[in-house]
Amino acid sequence: MLSYILRRLGFVIITLLITSVIIFTISQLLPGDIARIRLGREASDEAVNALRVTLGLNDPAPVRYFRWLSGFVRGDWGVSYTDNTAIFPKVIDRLTKSMWLALVTLIMAVPLSIVLGVIAGLNANKPIDGVISVTSLALIGFPEFVSGIVLISIFSYQLHWFPASSSIPPNITFGEALRSLILPAITATLVLLAYVIRLTRAGVIEVLKKGYVRTAVLKGLPWRKVITSHVLRNALLPTVTVLAISFGWLISGLVVIENVFNYPGLGQLMLFAISRRDLDLMQAIAMVTVTVYTLANLIADLLYAYLNPRIRFE
Amino acid sequence: MSSTGSSAESIETRESAVLGAPILSLEHVTISYEIEGVWFDVVRDVSIPIAARQVYGLVGESGSGKSTLALAAMRFLADNGRVSGGKITLNGQNLLDKSTAEMRHIWGSQMALVPQDPGTALNPSIRIGEQVAEIVTQHDGLSRREARARAIDLLRGVRIADAERVATRYPHQLSGGMQQRVLIAMALSTRPGVLILDEPTTNLDVTTEAVVLDLFRDLIAENGAATLYVTHNLGVVAQICQRVAVLYAGEVMEDAAVGDLFAMPLHPYTLGLLSALPRLNGGQRGQGLRSIRGTLPSRRNLPTGCIFAPRCPLAIEICRHVKPPLESAAPGHAVSCHRWPEIKDGSVIMPEEPNEVVAAFHSSARGSTNESRGNRPVLSLQVVTKRFQVGDILKTLKNVIQRQPQQSVHAVDGISFELQRGQIIGLVGESGSGKTTLARVIVGLINRDGGKIDLLDADIAPSVGNRSERMMQQLQMVFQNPEGSLNPYQSVGEVLRRPLITLLHYNRAQADARVKELLNAVHLPLDYADRMPGELSGGEKQRVAIARAFASEPEVVVLDEAVSALDVSIQAAILNLLSELNIAEHTSYVFISHDLAVVSYLADVIIVMYLGMLMEIVPRAYLLQAPLHPYTEALLSAIPLPDPESRRERIRLESDIPSPVDVPTGCPFHTRCPRKLGAICETETPPWRDAGDGHKIFCHIPLPDLIAMQGESLAALTPS
Repeated sequence: MLSYILRRLGFVIITLLITSVIIFTISQLLPGDIARIRLGREASDEAVNALRVTLGLNDPAPVRYFRWLSGFVRGDWGVSYTDNTAIFPKVIDRLTKSMWLALVTLIMAVPLSIVLGVIAGLNANKPIDGVISVTSLALIGFPEFVSGIVLISIFSYQLHWFPASSSIPPNITFGEALRSLILPAITATLVLLAYVIRLTRAGVIEVLKKGYVRTAVLKGLPWRKVITSHVLRNALLPTVTVLAISFGWLISGLVVIENVFNYPGLGQLMLFAISRRDLDLMQAIAMVTVTVYTLANLIADLLYAYLNPRIRFE
Repeated sequence: MSSTGSSAESIETRESAVLGAPILSLEHVTISYEIEGVWFDVVRDVSIPIAARQVYGLVGESGSGKSTLALAAMRFLADNGRVSGGKITLNGQNLLDKSTAEMRHIWGSQMALVPQDPGTALNPSIRIGEQVAEIVTQHDGLSRREARARAIDLLRGVRIADAERVATRYPHQLSGGMQQRVLIAMALSTRPGVLILDEPTTNLDVTTEAVVLDLFRDLIAENGAATLYVTHNLGVVAQICQRVAVLYAGEVMEDAAVGDLFAMPLHPYTLGLLSALPRLNGGQRGQGLRSIRGTLPSRRNLPTGCIFAPRCPLAIEICRHVKPPLESAAPGHAVSCHRWPEIKDGSVIMPEEPNEVVAAFHSSARGSTNESRGNRPVLSLQVVTKRFQVGDILKTLKNVIQRQPQQSVHAVDGISFELQRGQIIGLVGESGSGKTTLARVIVGLINRDGGKIDLLDADIAPSVGNRSERMMQQLQMVFQNPEGSLNPYQSVGEVLRRPLITLLHYNRAQADARVKELLNAVHLPLDYADRMPGELSGGEKQRVAIARAFASEPEVVVLDEAVSALDVSIQAAILNLLSELNIAEHTSYVFISHDLAVVSYLADVIIVMYLGMLMEIVPRAYLLQAPLHPYTEALLSAIPLPDPESRRERIRLESDIPSPVDVPTGCPFHTRCPRKLGAICETETPPWRDAGDGHKIFCHIPLPDLIAMQGESLAALTPS
């Protein structure tokens, strides 16, 4: 198992190195000169060149890459030129906010989708399975900006349960923010739900056909025990890994939802960086996103190994 | 770690041990399945009464409905199946009246199942001990701790020596034989009155099968359970059952005490099965096995008369119109055949298998280039070796740092032999012996690490990609699983044309003509050229695979378990076909099988492998007499003979084959050898002892000593 963990960690590091090269290369290929963007169209060539020298933009690409990478590792992510503030605390704050949202979403989505998926799988091709599958598919069909706005109009404008805008100040605590997190989390849950239900349902149907389930039934175990100790543990393996990976999406992929609710997450910051052509900020967010994805993947692998003795005891 | 014991108790004592009324009784049971909205009766009017202590065999080929019936006996059916007629009673109570909730109190406590495939029947993510403990917790109401202790006792009860350790393992960490013992321990844990055994040894090595069968025999005697034993293997029936019902296409053909069935089979299907079986002490290739022609009737279109009539060589007019009743031909011997009186008094006998000649199999394109070869070998292996690295990069790194040698598996370790023109070499050994790796090394699917392979005097490259077209044309392979080796999207014609066009450079018209000859040679109708593999039965697919291998007119064909997946009646037809092709073509084979009886039927020389090494090279004529390598002797002794009267010294290899990562020093077989001499076997590599006539034995024991040790036990295998 230790060798497995070390090998997985090795993969994470290699993946991050490769993506850092890709991110750096792409940012080099983007049109426009950073110094020119910063100084504006009216600046003289001398001024632009002077800035290029101070920023080290005239150094060869490998030198710039290693300077950028070592800075990133040390937490020195540079300064955002739009407001002349350090990038690191800004991104970390947004990352924290995104994690809150991801957490609340998972707390809602995981039990709901697994329970519904298991019910559908155990009753495959019966009416209840049809109801669950059709409803969840209908929900996934709604784009987030539609379901989000519908939720706002019901729960904010009509019932006044939750705020319509989730724009929370930076120095707020999780407890204070919770009320603002509910509606965006429900919206994200609706996206995840259908997918996880289908996966769980397929897993349950697959495992019910296995010889060991027949063995368990013919041992005379109560049906509940057959389900809990023989079916679920094996059937939920793929679901667990997919949920762990979806954590990465919840952190950085909720651009639309964050915009609908005006929630200050990482996705919104990325949109901001792109619109202002703030290259340093973009690079930092891209690296953070990739890191979150690979770590989510690592967690998925480790969970899978933990739940599956065939991997744990190679 | 082996035992020699007295032979099984005789049939009479087995029969007389049966006492009292049936515990489990199937009475006129009909089972139906719904397929695409239509109900089919897949099992029809089957009655089987099983008394305490009785082992009732249910024998049949695939499609006979035997497993369906076995599970139905526990009132366990798929969602689309139901028992549509008859009664299933357990101690007089009709199980068909019970709800599933009521059955849960019976399952596991009064009736238990040992299934066919132990690998999938155990939950992969729960420790063995817990899986066993679960059933006693459920039915005996033990606490967790008591149940755990009980589980270890139960594992000991099925002769698992280190039960504490095994209890903490997961299923994938155990061998197949060990997994099956765990399932047996679970089935016996509550001392159920009824045991259902569904092909419980089919996926095990013959050595493990023998040990597990002994275990069954002892445990059934101890527990006194009424036992239904489902199998396709007549040898197993002869060795363990007291009564047997022969099932064909869902109906009982014959039902008799085991001794009577083997001594006086009365149904043509039983006769067919018995004569389709290659036997250790039976004939050799060319002395035709009798196959059963045709295939199972389609369930949509069952024959109106006798269900077996379309395939029966003795069928007459009445058989096609009137269904024969299952009637008593002798006390305790029932048969469903119109002609049993004639069969019984010998006035009608089964016709001999016609000696079909493989006509015009050779194309004229093949010259007489091979006529002048004299007696030089067509294939020769010299010290061929293949190692596989074990472990990953980290492990390698660790070994380098700690200056330990790299761990590797010697899958094939220094194998040398020669194959003469027209000769058939049989390669046997347990799983893990390296025989399949060797087959793949010969044809170049796996690159060898060392040694030399000569094909017709030319050294051939390790990888098939580096071999010349001519070498590929001369060396072909038939795989075990025809399902996997035929492209499902290519018609039979396309499959067969491929080698003709690529290797023999035929044009389309020539190739088409030749495809017809090939189909003819493997006894398939010509219109099969247009069929897709999905439309063919397993036996027909294997014929196509053989035709493809022979299409390029090879000198050597490597056959890897080519008949192992087939039913015995179809296996006989394929073995006959291989004999014919060998005789007509003088093609040489390397024939790999785990089944010594099949190998001894077909091969001229038998090569025995163990942990990647050769143990013995023995001409067929010497296979059943001393001296033999103790491993060969053990393999022979493990075979369940299809003769209930056979009494022999049994040799059992109790322990499993060692891990190939850790091959024992000295003689690799010393850890399991029942004839082990002493320290010399553990430390020194044995010499090759020459018994003459090409018979060589890799053993420390001098030949006269081997003869003295083995004479008696081997004598039991030769015809009396």
